[in-house]
Amino acid sequence: MLGEAILKGLAVTAKNFAGSFVSEERMTTVQYPEERIAPIENTRDFPVLIYDGADPMAGLRCVACQICEKECPPKCIYITKSADKKPDYVGKPQFYPTRFDIDISVCMSCQICVEVCPFEAIKMDTEFELSTTDRFGGLLFDREQLAKSNEYYHSIHPTEAAEVDARLAEEKAKTEAKAKAAAEAAAAKAATAAATPKEAPAKEPLP
Amino acid sequence: MSTTVDNATIKSYRPPVIEISEEGDELLEVAMGPHHPSTHGVFRMDVALDGERVIRLKPVFGYLHRNHEKIAEKASYLASMPYTDRLDYFCSLTNNWAYAIAVEKLAGFTVPERAEYIRVITAELTRVQNHASAIGFLLQEMGASGTPLMYAFREREKILDLFEELTGSRMMCNYMRFGGCRVELPKGWIEKVGVLVAGLPQFIDETEAFLTGNEILMARCQGVGILKPDLAINAGITGPMLRATGVNYDIRKVDHYGIYDRFKFRVPLGDHGDIYDRYMIRILEMRESISILQQAIKDIPAGPIMDPKSKIRGFRPKIGEAYGRIEAPKGELGFYLISDGTGNPYRYRVRPPSLINLTVLEDMCLGQNVADVVLIFGSVDIVLGEVDR
Repeated sequence: MLGEAILKGLAVTAKNFAGSFVSEERMTTVQYPEERIAPIENTRDFPVLIYDGADPMAGLRCVACQICEKECPPKCIYITKSADKKPDYVGKPQFYPTRFDIDISVCMSCQICVEVCPFEAIKMDTEFELSTTDRFGGLLFDREQLAKSNEYYHSIHPTEAAEVDARLAEEKAKTEAKAKAAAEAAAAKAATAAATPKEAPAKEPLP
Repeated sequence: MSTTVDNATIKSYRPPVIEISEEGDELLEVAMGPHHPSTHGVFRMDVALDGERVIRLKPVFGYLHRNHEKIAEKASYLASMPYTDRLDYFCSLTNNWAYAIAVEKLAGFTVPERAEYIRVITAELTRVQNHASAIGFLLQEMGASGTPLMYAFREREKILDLFEELTGSRMMCNYMRFGGCRVELPKGWIEKVGVLVAGLPQFIDETEAFLTGNEILMARCQGVGILKPDLAINAGITGPMLRATGVNYDIRKVDHYGIYDRFKFRVPLGDHGDIYDRYMIRILEMRESISILQQAIKDIPAGPIMDPKSKIRGFRPKIGEAYGRIEAPKGELGFYLISDGTGNPYRYRVRPPSLINLTVLEDMCLGQNVADVVLIFGSVDIVLGEVDR
């Protein structure tokens, strides 16, 4: 019969229409500002800088190595290296960024900066409500705006942050053990070489 | 008082050329697009009409040109990976895969077993959601406003949620790397894919009950926009478009790239090469993808997901060239790279299925009604991001 399949199709539509009143999970629409879907852990949008401790600027993990600036596909990261050095989390003196700007109107959320960073300093945020009336300055985030605490990082990506912390702790322990061994070796050497006082003091090995 | 007329103005003014058809009627030139709602973006068709009949059709590309290839030649190999997401933004994971294959061939990286399985699973999920939404858009263009498209998007949404959980992004996944994949699967992800795949046949059955036998759809699609197999082969058409004409050519079967030789699946073939065949091919391919997904979920081994030899940055492939191709949902997607031994490719070329499948648009449209042009265009299944790059 002509039109039979049309009626069958309409039955599918009717079933779907009625089903949305019966079953909660068929109601796929979320009324956004009032209702929100649960955040997914791996979600990423724009990069932030992670700091340890209480002071955001003193605790920044970033050492201004500028690898992310070079690797960024749309070139939206701008870094200025400091002239002086300050100790990083293992106590090694490092440069720090005097300027670290990300133009998030250019950023395409690709996460390559996160992947190439050897210092676990840059991570992806999940905050997406960033609308502003200022198109240019309002979307150019400086290092004060980008700095986020490690606790915040733990709250948005718990699994990933735990892995990062474990890796950093391991590295720190290794560096400390190495420094300790080097100090002991230097002390032993100094003791044996006490007869020759002119020898140069043992240098701190680079971690 | 006499008015002086500039000679140059007279010369530059030309009356519009009115073409006359064989029957002696005036032809009407219509510019469909670039802002026509049916053109999936910014694409123009200059159509010459004799009444309702299409006499000539000229596709005009380039409105969305973003200089992808030249940017890639100035950037490192890794930096081009997120740009490949933006080619065919419906299937970013298959774009990643094709580019990764090309670079792996060039640099000589191998891919661990587990990463290959992950790639197959993500690519087949991509194929399902692409075909589902392609059918939705085809029906949308037929005038079935919304409903089939919304049913398709409801299913696509579930797949995109899985992609977000795995890769962090719904559409711009940027997941594959040279020699593997970027991150390990989250806990419970494979089980979720299993649940989704178990529900997919029901969705396809529903779509078929809804559409396949529909008299209006058959009247609009059967015998419309016919593409002959010899023309399809000569024009380099690939993907569902080619298989709808009856040519058995699926790169998953021909090339066995990745680990596709391990899976049992059939290649659906059409008979007439019309719009209805293209619709049916997509339905049947979704069913085959489900069977591949079931096998892959069952067999996925444990192990590393990255080749330990591979580096994501700072590698310089040996001087040479490589062509990596895969069966993307829309057809053969290939990346051709020439290395001159530096950190960025000397030449980077994309072979986009959408663009090459569009080249036969005029041959399919000649002699059809102007209302069918929209339909034929929709059945090609293109994404303008890939056509113009």
